[in-house]
Amino acid sequence: MLSAPSLSYMLLSPMLIIFGAAVLGVLIEAFLGKTHRAAVQLTISIGALLLALLQLWQIKDMTSTTAAVNSVTIDRAGIFFQFIIVALALVAILLIADQDNFVAQASAVPGSTEEKIATQQRVQQTEIFPLVLFAVGGMMLFTVASDLITLFVALEVFSLPLYLLAGLSRRRRLLSQEAALKYFLLGAYASAFFLFGSAFIYGYAGTVSISAISAAAGSANDIFLFIGIIFMSVGLLFKVSAVPFHSWTPDVYQGAPTPITGFMAACTKVAAFGAILRIFYVGFADAQSLWQPIISVIAIITMIFGSVVAIAQRDVKRMLAYSSIAHAGFLLLGVISLSKEGLAASLFYLFSYGFTTIAAFGIISLVRDSTGEVSDLNRWVGLGKKSPLVAAVFSFLLLGFAGIPLTSGFIGKFAIFSAAYQSANISLVVVGVLASAIAAFFYIRVIIMMFFTDPVNDSVSVIIPSIRSRIAIICATLISLLLGVFPSLLLNASNSFANLIK
Amino acid sequence: MLQTSANLVWFIALPLFSSALLLLAGKKANSWGHVLATTVSASTFTIGIIEFLAMQARPEENRAVGQKLFTWISVGAFNVDASLLLDQLSICFVLLITGVGTLIHIYSISYMSHDLDRRRFFAYLNLFIAAMLLLVLGDSYLNLYVGWEGVGLASYLLIGFWNQKPAYATAAKKAFVANRVGDVGLSLAIMIAFATFGDVSFSGIKAQAESASTTQLTAIGLMLLLAACGKSAQFPLQSWLGDAMAGPTPVSALIHAATMVTAGVYLITRSSFIFDEAPIAQIMVLVVGAVTLLFGAIIGTAKDDIKKALAASTMSQIGYMILATGLGPIGYAFAIMHLLTHGFFKASMFLGAGSVMHGMKDEVNMRKYGGIGKFMPITALTFGLGYLAIIGVPPFAGFYSKDKIIETALNAGGIKGIALGIATLLGAAITAFYMTRVVILTFFGNERWGHKDEPHESPALMLIPISLLSLGSIASGYLLYQGKSLVNWLEPVVNPLKEHHAEELFSPNAVSAMTLTVVAIGIFLAVRKYRGNQLDSAPEKVSIFTTAARKDLFQDSLNEKAFMLPGQSLIKRLLQIDLLVIDGFVRSVGAVSVGAGTKLRALQSGYVRSYALMMVVGALALIATVWIVTA
Repeated sequence: MLSAPSLSYMLLSPMLIIFGAAVLGVLIEAFLGKTHRAAVQLTISIGALLLALLQLWQIKDMTSTTAAVNSVTIDRAGIFFQFIIVALALVAILLIADQDNFVAQASAVPGSTEEKIATQQRVQQTEIFPLVLFAVGGMMLFTVASDLITLFVALEVFSLPLYLLAGLSRRRRLLSQEAALKYFLLGAYASAFFLFGSAFIYGYAGTVSISAISAAAGSANDIFLFIGIIFMSVGLLFKVSAVPFHSWTPDVYQGAPTPITGFMAACTKVAAFGAILRIFYVGFADAQSLWQPIISVIAIITMIFGSVVAIAQRDVKRMLAYSSIAHAGFLLLGVISLSKEGLAASLFYLFSYGFTTIAAFGIISLVRDSTGEVSDLNRWVGLGKKSPLVAAVFSFLLLGFAGIPLTSGFIGKFAIFSAAYQSANISLVVVGVLASAIAAFFYIRVIIMMFFTDPVNDSVSVIIPSIRSRIAIICATLISLLLGVFPSLLLNASNSFANLIK
Repeated sequence: MLQTSANLVWFIALPLFSSALLLLAGKKANSWGHVLATTVSASTFTIGIIEFLAMQARPEENRAVGQKLFTWISVGAFNVDASLLLDQLSICFVLLITGVGTLIHIYSISYMSHDLDRRRFFAYLNLFIAAMLLLVLGDSYLNLYVGWEGVGLASYLLIGFWNQKPAYATAAKKAFVANRVGDVGLSLAIMIAFATFGDVSFSGIKAQAESASTTQLTAIGLMLLLAACGKSAQFPLQSWLGDAMAGPTPVSALIHAATMVTAGVYLITRSSFIFDEAPIAQIMVLVVGAVTLLFGAIIGTAKDDIKKALAASTMSQIGYMILATGLGPIGYAFAIMHLLTHGFFKASMFLGAGSVMHGMKDEVNMRKYGGIGKFMPITALTFGLGYLAIIGVPPFAGFYSKDKIIETALNAGGIKGIALGIATLLGAAITAFYMTRVVILTFFGNERWGHKDEPHESPALMLIPISLLSLGSIASGYLLYQGKSLVNWLEPVVNPLKEHHAEELFSPNAVSAMTLTVVAIGIFLAVRKYRGNQLDSAPEKVSIFTTAARKDLFQDSLNEKAFMLPGQSLIKRLLQIDLLVIDGFVRSVGAVSVGAGTKLRALQSGYVRSYALMMVVGALALIATVWIVTA
């Protein structure tokens, strides 16, 4: 006889709220007329995200390994990851709400009459809101899933909406659709690796539960463990865009609508690192001699590759894509540290990096000419003279990426390097610092282009952002600034939340 | 436990706020800026009086009060509060700074009335008052340091107030650089103190000073002495003070005579608990004081610029004070006494000099003066009172304070006592000589200004502050001396009674007799040389000694040869190294990175198939890596 599984609704409520709102959004998309649809969708999304934040605050001191039978573990770190994802999504949704970045009717073939009619009649579809919510829900689940099956389901739940979202750009639609297709194909490929790896792990441990895997150490099938770890790592490292599984990143970042790029860059990184940290800190902690060399090699290659190749970029979105690759490398140092400090530093880093990233992509979406966004760096020359405020904010964010003191990026890097140093990974810290130095080169070059080079006679201009984008950019920038000046606000929190339970 | 007084913050907040307001308000404040600044300064003086009376009314052990403003730094074991401390020592300074400061504010209203930037001038004056009060009220070396830098800044801004003249701007820079050398000393002292005691507050260090090792205390003491040398224009960092006379005369009177330049004396007195345990540092203090008092006095004999002559005199008089602080517990109170009396008579003489310049179309060369006394009787009278005070004629102020220093020096015992006694007596004689020279060249003799406009007496707004300061030149010495009032007052802070007095070799009367004799000799020599008609330019055929004194005993040439030229060549070498080695390295890293980036970019072909291939190769490479590592 089957008995109904017991679910702790309270602990699951943040995810349930998001998923519920996403389903509601689908219904609204189907049944509500076009006049108020966008406003209703936005209200529901923001309401759900706020409610989820509130619920996360309510449950912040609770822990459970059996929140949904044995599939979900709610612990301090998990709640913090979810909190970061929801908070970032809240800022991102304000940018996404500027619908002129998105195609009116995604199903219309690019360049067709259908598309023209849809654009003329302003039949703006609003499926992006439920799609974003599904992605957010999947990401939240990804960080707290405690068995490999749930982990895989969550991976797919947040990946599929992202593939679609990447293809929704209003302008340069072919590029956008190409990006979406690439992302989908490679994402599916990476998922296959992940699933294959999970199977090997099951073969090794005879269980899919992450905590049970750690208990199965020393079983005879070490070769299974070893292949399993590598293949699962490939799937996860793909999501954080670590080299050599990064190739999709520049193409997708460039092709996707800019607000989506911001959302994806910030939130996916949090979710993927949430899962990586949980798997390696909980599941494979005892096999550290096996995976630490792999991740170390990956981290070194990723830091150097991301920083070096970013120098050669001529497109600001591609440059930030490589910057995001380099940051993934820095974050991997937190994984390798395998210590409470490493976990706390990762939490801080993800939080600060996420907000800086969203703000940066928000700014990029403001720089335009008559045909749309201008992401060609050569045309950003002299922007500081045309729009000093926007250029100054962007410069500040770039300095944050570079990790210059008084920005949150500096504190994040400092925390993660010192965690790696304490765990005796000194050579990695040296590489990290060198890579940061190289990276500073291209960040500062953009600042020089904006401020210290004479403007070319070009029609590039900065549009006046809507109130929503303005709030989003200002909030995200202020958070970066605040965390740089008063890091202890978040450092204390990330320390007290740096706890993963088995 | 220290009592709390909520008033202390106003000492700093009021002038700081007023200064900021005057600077930010811009031209709108031109009409009332000077009134606000003067009112604020007078208010701080009033608060000072109130606090002083309250302090007097309290029993001796409860006299000091403090106020915590906020927690400034809290990093691990390092905790510093921004806290103020008003005790018997700091109240002396508070009253001097705010009292003399207020008089000089009033004087400046008239003196600067023709200057378009008068508002800015008053803003800086208020800034100086705030910083100087913070310096003497801070309860730790770190808080003191903030004020220390603040007065340095104010001094820089005011010396270069007329920075449209390049020479004045250079003078400001020179003062700033020389002060920086001293500031490095102070910051090093703070760092050593923190490394030794884990604390930077006066009370915290005082409690641990006796148990610390002499080496560290000596190091701290020497660094503090370096700081004092910078701020108080003592040998070997004395060269900036003469040039600092480029600033408006009220500034010279307030900052470069009465208050800021005495900060070094305050610092050493405040750190008595360190110097008392560090004999080597104390000897160095004596050496610096003795050298400077003679150095300044000798320079003073040859200066034709009235302000520079007075500046040399200031240097010399501060030398006396520094020397006194080096004499151990008994000396501190006399150093402070001389500091206070000097504050009065030197400020009054500087303002008198300003008054003369005011009447003489800003002429500063005494060779172009002569016979001014009959045109400016009040200025001449007040200047004369200051003159009698500085050379130490009884019963004027300097008699009490300087004689006490000479007496203590003579009684220091042994060779030390003889050497210091000779130095201080010689200094007194030279002081009498150069001050008599200044007075004769300025107020007596033939009229040498060579234009028809007769000098005129200054307006009342300038004369009243001078006159009030002159009262100080007359009476302050006796008031502070009688019944050992200042010595007893300061006793809880500097502990003069701790040291047992051996037999006194020289009685006070004998010392007075000796001093007055050498002073009389100095006066006699000066009168014999400068009476009668003088030329309106300095004689060119002079002895090698006069030439040396005119050139400030070659202090600038020495600095150039010993520091500037080697410094410049060092910089040139470093620049070459920087260009070749460091820049070369950075450039090659950049070039390699750009090259590698361009090459690696080719991997990004845009084809999904090649991306997928890269992933497979990557996964296989990982397996190979682990295989190698684990096998």
